[in-house]
Amino acid sequence: MSKISFRSAAFGLLLAALPLSAQAAGERVIPPELSWSFSGPFGKFDRAQLQRGYKVFKEVCASCHGATLLRFRNLSQPGGPEFSAGQITALAATFQIKDGPNDEGEMFERPGRPADPFPSPFPNEQAARAASGGAYPVDLSVIAKARTYERGFPKFVFDIFTQYQEQGPDYLAALLTGYKDPPPEGVTLQPGQYYNTYMPGHLIAMPKPLNDGQVEYPKGADGQPQVPETEAQYARDVTAFLVWAAEPHLEARKRIGLQVMLFLLIFGGLLYYTKKKVWSRMPDGSAAH
Amino acid sequence: MSGHSSYVPKTGFERWLDARLPIIRLTHDSAVSYPVPRNLNYLWTFGGILMFMLVAQIVTGVVLVMHYTPHATMAFNSVEHIMRDVNYGWLLRYLHSNGASMFFVAVYVHIFRGLYYGSYKAPREVLWILGVVIFLLMMATAFMGYVLPWGQMSFWGATVITNLFSALPVVGETIVTFLWGGFSVDNPTLNRFFSLHYLLPFMIFGVVILHVWALHHVGQNNPTGVEVKNVQKDTVPFTPYATIKDIFGMVCFMFVFAYFVFYQPNFMGHADNYIPANPAVTPAHIVPEWYFLPFYAILRAIPDKLGGVVAMGAAIVVLAFLPWIDTSKIKSMSYRPIGRQLFWAFVVVCIGLGWLGAMPAEGGYVIASRIFTALYFGYFVALFVVGLFERPKALPNSIADSVLGSLQGGSGARVALATAAEPNAKG
Repeated sequence: MSKISFRSAAFGLLLAALPLSAQAAGERVIPPELSWSFSGPFGKFDRAQLQRGYKVFKEVCASCHGATLLRFRNLSQPGGPEFSAGQITALAATFQIKDGPNDEGEMFERPGRPADPFPSPFPNEQAARAASGGAYPVDLSVIAKARTYERGFPKFVFDIFTQYQEQGPDYLAALLTGYKDPPPEGVTLQPGQYYNTYMPGHLIAMPKPLNDGQVEYPKGADGQPQVPETEAQYARDVTAFLVWAAEPHLEARKRIGLQVMLFLLIFGGLLYYTKKKVWSRMPDGSAAH
Repeated sequence: MSGHSSYVPKTGFERWLDARLPIIRLTHDSAVSYPVPRNLNYLWTFGGILMFMLVAQIVTGVVLVMHYTPHATMAFNSVEHIMRDVNYGWLLRYLHSNGASMFFVAVYVHIFRGLYYGSYKAPREVLWILGVVIFLLMMATAFMGYVLPWGQMSFWGATVITNLFSALPVVGETIVTFLWGGFSVDNPTLNRFFSLHYLLPFMIFGVVILHVWALHHVGQNNPTGVEVKNVQKDTVPFTPYATIKDIFGMVCFMFVFAYFVFYQPNFMGHADNYIPANPAVTPAHIVPEWYFLPFYAILRAIPDKLGGVVAMGAAIVVLAFLPWIDTSKIKSMSYRPIGRQLFWAFVVVCIGLGWLGAMPAEGGYVIASRIFTALYFGYFVALFVVGLFERPKALPNSIADSVLGSLQGGSGARVALATAAEPNAKG
């Protein structure tokens, strides 16, 4: 990073040359507000949804995107997908992790352990760009908190009270299902460009990632999947997973929050009446006011 | 207002200590027997709330430092490490980041309280100026703290704000190089900002001690602006009267604070700051934290860079001169028919500037910013002029009079209620 930083002053002026950047400004279509199990003051993740979401992430997203802030053990901790410890040990072992150097000074590969971070699909940004037509598939660890859209006045004021804060997931779910092929008339795409309704500026370097029937979901007793194996369902499930990945202690936060709020309410009530009692008389015993 | 000490050492140890280091006497005189005007409203609890917020920020900050790494390649991930792996790290970090916002909420209420009730006027000029110094230190601390997570908004906010100093003639470029520790915002910048972010809160604490000392020397202002005339009639002892009221105010404030921490922890932040700093990619809109927005709007309103920097600086520094700008002898706006309207117009102007600061600097927004900037400074001109001819309303003779005047109305109502209830009691 420091090498790049030295040249930042010069680079700063050349940014218009990055039309495929997620930051590129442009026309925006506001994504629809979806209903999420984790929204609101009592929100909780849907374990089955997070497990399905992880499956979509692993089979689809992870072929290009890393999520290096996550560790396999996170998948079994409370408030997440809550796979069992055994499942996680087995899952981690299916990955080959580069480790070392060993006593001979050699790097070596070993099966993954629960404490390992999710492996990156590429060794570095340059390799990722080279394999992805020049675009960089960003790390998805905190993506659900790193994307948003302007709510504008007065909505952002109401949001304080309605606790709407799912701009990130609403945008991600819309983006994943927002591809248009062929693009609307008048739009010409360069090679490696795709048209997406919800991408700012509409041009995106990521090909349409999800299609109906692409990921196999766990079957119920009747042999049917519990939820439809559709693009829209995949998008929701993987988005929910990414919200958990970005905020793994969300459930604990909301649970403790309720306890704190109740405590402050009761304590504040007691203080109010104590204050009234104290202020009912002046030190000399006369009426205060 | 500080009269004779009413502290009487009760035990042998207290007498012994009092003769050597009268620290219990100091505490007793400033937190127990200290006389407080009896007519203070809840706006006066914000001083205590600010003290609480300062301590809360220092405590959470000290613990966060135990887990944070101030390095350009590691800072972002170390913050995420706090959020994920440190026990209750998410709570500490959200308390600290939202705490900064709540600190500014409280300080703005505190400042506007002072503006409305004329708390800057004699004999409280030094008290007020110390407050302006604290406000400046707070702004510097908050700005540098926002750089520490080393996200996109951290990096580009730091770039924009530090670049402002380059507008200063002669020394500008040198100052910027000093701030950066190099030729662009980079690891040395992060390191020195981290160092200063840890230092400045303790400097704030020092100035707060002076601020409270000055306050306890001249005594508190009050909603009538009439000074205490008779300590027996006009005041109540700090404990229990002010203590219980301040604690109640504090808990109400904590309720709002907790609501944001637990339910809307990222409401006052920017999504872009969850993207690691990247010198090669500029965010579409570089926006400072909400508490800087009015000043940011003033900065951008002036077409000239140096002019903008000077105007922004002047917008804060002008506050320090307020005791001499405001020519009215009357402190409280409650008794100033024109001054009061000016005050509320000023509140609207400040909120308007805050909104404009969040908007892109183009078209009508720029024109509006210029008008509102003129109005911002116009308030101070108007205070100077209006004070020369304004005819104030009649002031109460004393604080006790103002309180007991409202008591008569209240007791009258109570009498009426009592008589109305009587037939029921008989029946």
